[in-house]
Parts: sequence; C-alpha cells; structure tokens
Amino acid sequence: MTPIKATHDLHKRRFSRNLGVGLALLGLVAIVFGLTVVKVTRGDPMQAFDHAVRPELEGTGQ
Amino acid sequence: MADASINATRSYEPTFGDYFALLKPRVMSLVVFTALVGLLVAPVSLHPVEAFCAILFIALGAGASGALNMWYDADIDAVMRRTAKRPVPSGRVEPGEALAIGVGLSGLSVVMLALATNLAAAALLAFTIFFYAVVYTMWLKRWTPHNIVIGGAAGAFPPMIGWVAVTGTISIEAVLMFAIIFMWTPPHFWALALFTKSDYGDAGVPMLTVTHGRPTTRRHILAYALLLVPVAGWLALTSVGGPVTLLAFAVLNALFVLGAYRIWTRDDAEAETDNYLAERKFFKLSLYYLFLHFGALLVDASLRGVL
Repeated sequence: MTPIKATHDLHKRRFSRNLGVGLALLGLVAIVFGLTVVKVTRGDPMQAFDHAVRPELEGTGQ
Repeated sequence: MADASINATRSYEPTFGDYFALLKPRVMSLVVFTALVGLLVAPVSLHPVEAFCAILFIALGAGASGALNMWYDADIDAVMRRTAKRPVPSGRVEPGEALAIGVGLSGLSVVMLALATNLAAAALLAFTIFFYAVVYTMWLKRWTPHNIVIGGAAGAFPPMIGWVAVTGTISIEAVLMFAIIFMWTPPHFWALALFTKSDYGDAGVPMLTVTHGRPTTRRHILAYALLLVPVAGWLALTSVGGPVTLLAFAVLNALFVLGAYRIWTRDDAEAETDNYLAERKFFKLSLYYLFLHFGALLVDASLRGVL
C-alpha cells in the first residue's frame, strides 16, 4: 500500500468537495461570531455582584 | 465518507453539489420566501443578523428533512422517473451519508435557531423536521392517498416559524399563514398528478388519482380550492393584511376557484383533446397564487411601515 502523499490523486478528485466543506465551515464560524457580537452588544448592560456597591442591582435579588 | 474509501474502488467521487442536492434546493427556496414573509410582517423586528440567521437555519432545517426523506425513500425514488436522478437512487451518494447529513444538519439548525432567536421557534422547527421525515415520509406517504394533505403541513410551517422567531408566540396571523399553504398544497399537487403520467403506482405510493380515480381527484381539487377562500380572506382581514392583500385575495381566489371549477367540469377524455390545458394552467396559477399572496403581505407590511 502506498502512503498518501500530498500529490495523491485523491486530493485532486476531492478538491471541490473539500473546498465546499471548508467554505461552509468558515461561513458557520463567521455567522456564530457575528451572532455573538450582536447578542452581546444588544443585551441589557450585564452586571453581577463583584464586592463593589452597585445600586442598579438592588432589589433584583442578586 | 470513511477513510477506507481511499483504496476502495468507488467509480464516482461525489461532489459538494451532490451533497447539496440532498437538501432539495428548490423546495428550500419556497421555504426561504415564506419564512422571510412570516418574519418580516411580524409587528416587532429582529436585528438584521438575527433575522438572517433565523432564515438560514429554518432553510437548513428544511434541507435536513429533505436529506432524511431522500435517505428513507431511495427505494421508491429509484423507481420513479422524476426522482431517479436524485443523489441516493442514482448511486452518487451513499444512503448512510444522506442519513448522517440529515441528522447532523437537523441538530445544527435547531440548536442554532434556538441561539439566534428563541426556544419556541426552535421547537417548532424540530417538530417540522420530525413531521416531514417521520410522520410524512416514513408513515403516511406509503399508507394513505391523503399523504399530500398531511405532507403539506410540513411545507406550511416555515412562515409560522418565521413569525415565532420574531414574536416568540403563535398568534392567529401565524396560524392563518400556515393554513393557506396547508389548504393550497393538495390542489396544487393533485393538478400536477392529473397531467403528469406519474409512476407513483409502480412505486407503491398511494396517490388519490390511482386509489380513488381521477374524477374524485377533480372533485377534491374544487373542494380544497373552495375551502381555501375563507382562510385567505380571514388572513387579509387580520393585522398583517391590508388593501393590497385584500385585492390579491379577491383576484387570486376568484381565478383559483374558477380554474378548479373548470377542472371539475371536465373529464379525462375532454382533457386529452387539449393535452390537459386547464390542468396545466391551474398548476401554473397555483404557483403564482402562493407567491403573490405572500408578496402582497410584504407590500402591506411596507405600507404600514413595519419593514
């Protein structure tokens, strides 16, 4: 059995498929990143108890 | 897709396009359009990125259910001329690959829709995939001639999911958008079944034209066209309707019922003389019907300033 080399015929045959999968994955990364940016920047200002006086948190049970 | 295939003699190397074809891109385009309308006509709006994600993952979920359908139905797809060239029956894609892609993309689309919008929309998408892949494909399609009626429900969910993605709840507008597509699907497909020499019979899929005869199918087309009228009219009178929707409702439903009436009044002997002209016209009209009805909702939404 010959070992797979960089020039194996398989790489040529599967190039378009690999490219497609690669681009689809890149697209997914871009979407998750974009969605994260939107969710974080549009959310209410997030605060939590950190041993400092935060009047905004009073009465919220936190 | 396993590495073992490196040395196996696989005569054909599937391309990315073969896998994409598993997602039924043409059906997906209708899903994108109706889901987009459901999303845009809602009284509140999403951030454009969230809206884009919602549409993308609704479409991906629909595509996933298409892949599951092609995995399960490969045996009957191979028998029928219209579907014999699909990736699985033609041997370009292995059945196991179609199953893996279907299951994987189902999970991805539901989780991503939940993250992008809300749990209710994601649950509805999950139910739609289940309904199409299990209830329709595995159970009803080969069992009852009313398979089209029930299968139509799966195609009717997208505008409702779009609406719920924005509002978080199901309201009467969403139900009526669902109901329009639900009632529209049977006459649309039965008209097609009348003028295509279908081979559903060879594949063992019960179609109304075969099980109950063509005159019964003609009656059913008229009945559903008539039942569609109050549904479409009601939608035009809700908060998403408006003058344009009302006009579209009046014109399109008059034409639709008239077309169905023509189909009902003739028999196959008469239809043969003009090569099923009335049936073909009705089928074409049915495509415009849905497109223009949802387009009218968009126009009214822009008139209200929602868009």
